[in-house]
Amino acid sequence: MRSPALSLNALAGSLRDLDAAQIILAIQALRLRPIREAWREFWDIFGPGGKLHPGWFIEHQGHLFIEGGLMAIILVLFFQSGYRPKKEQEEEPLTEKEIDELCREWKPEPLVPDVTEEDRLPDPPVIEEWESSHWVTVAGRRALNLAAADFLGLGNDPAVQVAPPRSARGVRVRAAARATVERYGVGSCGPRGFYGTFDVHLQLEHDLAAFMGEEEAIIYSYDIATIASVIPAFASRADILVMDEGCSYPIQQGAKLSRARVYTFRHNDAADLEALLERIEAEERRERKPLVRKMIVVEGVYSNTGEVAPLKRIHELKERHKYRLCVEETHSFGVMGPTGRGACEAAGLRPGQVEIICASMSGALGSVGGFCVGHSEVCDHQRLCGQGYCFSASLPPYLATAAIEALRILGTPDGQLLASKVRAASSALRAALASGVPGLRLAGAAAGPGAASPVLHLHLAPGAGAGGGGGGAAAAGALRRVADALLNEHGLFVVMPRYSVLDEVHPPPSVKIVVNAALAEEGRVEQVAHAVREAAAGALLSGS
Amino acid sequence: MRLCCRIQDCWNRPIASAPGAWIDVMDREDIAGKYKSTRKLGFTGKLQRCLNLGSYNYLGFAAADEYCTPRVIETMGQWGISTCSSRAEGGTTPLHQELEELVAEFLGVEDAITYGMGFATNSASIPALCDRGTLVLSDALNHTSIVAGVKAGGAAVKVFRHNNVRHLESLLRFHIAEGQPRTHRPWKKIIIIVEGIYSMEGEATPLAAIVALKKKYGAYLYLDEAHSIGAMGATGRGLCEHAGVDPRDVDVLMGTFTKSFGSAGGYVAGSKRLVDFLRRHSPAHLYAASIAPGAAKQIISALKLIRGDDGSERGAAKIKQLHDNSNYVRQQLLDMGLHVLGDWDSPVIPIMVYHIGLLATLSRMLYSRHIAMVVVGFPATPLLLCRCRVCISASHTREDLDYALDAIRDLVRAAGLDYANKGGGGGGLRGAWRRWAKGGFRLRLIPDGLLAGGRPHAGKGVVAATAAAGPASRRSSDGASSSCSGGGGAGDGGSSCSSSSGSVSAETSRASSVAGSWGSGVVVADEKLLVGPKEAAALACIPAVVPAAIKAAVA
Repeated sequence: MRSPALSLNALAGSLRDLDAAQIILAIQALRLRPIREAWREFWDIFGPGGKLHPGWFIEHQGHLFIEGGLMAIILVLFFQSGYRPKKEQEEEPLTEKEIDELCREWKPEPLVPDVTEEDRLPDPPVIEEWESSHWVTVAGRRALNLAAADFLGLGNDPAVQVAPPRSARGVRVRAAARATVERYGVGSCGPRGFYGTFDVHLQLEHDLAAFMGEEEAIIYSYDIATIASVIPAFASRADILVMDEGCSYPIQQGAKLSRARVYTFRHNDAADLEALLERIEAEERRERKPLVRKMIVVEGVYSNTGEVAPLKRIHELKERHKYRLCVEETHSFGVMGPTGRGACEAAGLRPGQVEIICASMSGALGSVGGFCVGHSEVCDHQRLCGQGYCFSASLPPYLATAAIEALRILGTPDGQLLASKVRAASSALRAALASGVPGLRLAGAAAGPGAASPVLHLHLAPGAGAGGGGGGAAAAGALRRVADALLNEHGLFVVMPRYSVLDEVHPPPSVKIVVNAALAEEGRVEQVAHAVREAAAGALLSGS
Repeated sequence: MRLCCRIQDCWNRPIASAPGAWIDVMDREDIAGKYKSTRKLGFTGKLQRCLNLGSYNYLGFAAADEYCTPRVIETMGQWGISTCSSRAEGGTTPLHQELEELVAEFLGVEDAITYGMGFATNSASIPALCDRGTLVLSDALNHTSIVAGVKAGGAAVKVFRHNNVRHLESLLRFHIAEGQPRTHRPWKKIIIIVEGIYSMEGEATPLAAIVALKKKYGAYLYLDEAHSIGAMGATGRGLCEHAGVDPRDVDVLMGTFTKSFGSAGGYVAGSKRLVDFLRRHSPAHLYAASIAPGAAKQIISALKLIRGDDGSERGAAKIKQLHDNSNYVRQQLLDMGLHVLGDWDSPVIPIMVYHIGLLATLSRMLYSRHIAMVVVGFPATPLLLCRCRVCISASHTREDLDYALDAIRDLVRAAGLDYANKGGGGGGLRGAWRRWAKGGFRLRLIPDGLLAGGRPHAGKGVVAATAAAGPASRRSSDGASSSCSGGGGAGDGGSSCSSSSGSVSAETSRASSVAGSWGSGVVVADEKLLVGPKEAAALACIPAVVPAAIKAAVA
């Protein structure tokens, strides 16, 4: 205010003819009064106490408007769709019309492929009459049954109606099963959890555990469902399964269902197993993988080859590398080992050293179903997580009773004697067939004659006989002639195993011989070996 | 595991009789283990005779039958216990051939193949049908065996909503149009897998609609008739007959012999080509032991009886009886105001509970009233959709069913399960919300009326309450028919009685039950509470009708 007046004074000094004071007043009156008043009015509104002063605004909760506004902005930003750069070839979704057209055009393949001529096998043999599991009538000829896995003949014995009983053993089993059918009926009509547990199931589990010297046993109602349920119960995604490459289909299915990482080692090759375990360990350490469950799965006696696993060595390896061991004993339970506990016992392992042992009850127990023995925790876990246990009807009670009786007989000195005879016969037959059969080769013969595996697979020797070494079909045809000759000329019923397209293991065609009590007790080992030799010579040489 | 130990007595109850209309359940009690999680159940040595509402004995072939059993025993004499070989390796007998012919003829299809176990029928034949490049459209509630089979086969799986044909169609259209993931090659084939009757729902699948759909789009249909074969349809031929569908329109018919036929095993039936393929490649046919001859004969004779080959009307009468029984019980349960699932004629009748804490108590109370019934909770059902399940049999008489219904009626009142009466419609979260809102948003951790009865649980916090409840629980497990079942009156009776008595122990027990008990859901209150005026009235309302069978058993 003051400095403009001074400058005006200076201006007035140069203009002498004018009255300086008059000019100043005039200018003030002319220019500054309205400004001052405007300023005053303005200050009344915007100054302290004015209605538009921030103080008034804050006093009267005006901040709420601001905050509300900010909130609204945040919400708008929040709900805004994100910025997405447009893809170059962004396609329009298919229209209904196009989908209709695609659906009309789609041609499905048939539900199942036709069984090709090459794949087609002759119909499986039909047992026409059943004297016992060891003597049957096939194709009109009475024959010694070397196909059934009823090693000890405990489940079956001559029936009263057909022939007089040969021994008291089988009659006892049947009497127990018959009494159970009369009392309980046939089916159990429910899974174990829902009133499908019978006292005989508990009895069988108790007896099995006692026989195997383990804490607890659990029974399944089907043999192939046992191991296929046990493996997924103890392995899931990210866990490690180490399997022999020759494992049978149920084990493969179990591994597949578990979705674990599966490693395989060369069949029955402990050195390869060791290398594999070290490789896995190194890899785990290198990649700092978290700790997972690890299990080795083998068969005591391989159903596809009849060979015995080197369990002693595998047990050492699994102890050293901190794995668990699961052994499938279907073809060794009841036969191998000093007291018939199976291949683990034969290998000198004590009960409890192998975590999980599974076996079928349609082997030495002559019944149906499967079981698993181990620690209480192992079995209890399966009662909640074993799919084939929880979600399936339980074993028909009469089959459980039959197995109980068979197990009881197996525990007696009589049964032990029988088992030792079958062991001796297995070794003897193995030794007899290991060499000197023209054109045939015994699987696992290299392992030496000590093994008492009761399952023998005879393959076509390389370069032998009719089209030997040729295609699988030709080999199968040659072996079929051997099997036919054994049945028709020597009265021995043997079968050739078939393998599913789902199976990852496709062993070469073979003739399978299962050693049983009739073979052992009646001293027929030499006779069978002789018959095989003759049949092979006849079929393979005449064919060429 | 700890939780499981507290309620383990409600499942796996062993029985010591044929699974007929009445069963002898072996009584058990807790044995203190070294750790709480290893606590075991031991047997008291007593048997309790219970009405069997748990077994899948639909047509009543479970117990000895005048037609079947002699034939089974004769067969066992002739053919032994087991063949001990697989079907492909010398386990085939004329019995097995007869059985397969009979099954195919009964179902009205070309051929059938049989296996020794129902679970394996699915888990070992589905992999042969669906390899890589196959799309499986599976109902959301399909059985584990189907899931296992599909997993083992390596096919791609999409799940459609339970019984929802529209969702199925939209999935079909989408996936046919899209083809395989990544490569977009067309699918080799599409298989729709459904069950005839869902074992936990009792619902039949909308078969006619699905058959129309599969014809329209060229998919294949796999129908699992585990629970419906023998039980549905006027002549027991399963869901096809019930729904009026030609069985040849269903590509794969699968079923089990465990349920209606009182035996073991399963079948897959369909075209000759399908069965030929399975005979060549199905693992269960090649590697697993064949059906035991006795079990096979049981199926054959049961089938013949159902078809009326024995010259009597017994088979037809059994089916009619089953349908009458099922519909009678279903109607009665609906009248009680329960949420009951399932279709008419279906012998599986689930009763919704919606409260997982109630399950164990319900099971124990039913058991104490001599009824063996299945309760199902997580993980077999979703957490909130737990239920009880009634399985009806043709061997139940009307008297048996009335006895069961009386007991259920009392329990329903005590536990407040009559949701339909309360207007709180609907299951799941929405239903629970509505019921809660209707009850004035009260926090009810213990349902009204359940303060008495059931078993005490032996958690640390409720030592006093357990000790006080000792006599009561012993009485209930003795099975002296009506001693302390039923509990307080209906509605709010139970909760008011605990507060009106003003008993300190009741309050503490309640508080500790809230804190510690998930499994038992309920703690038995002070003995004094049991004899209050309201409880006396409640006890009086329990019908004194106890069938003669129980009196005999108790004596």
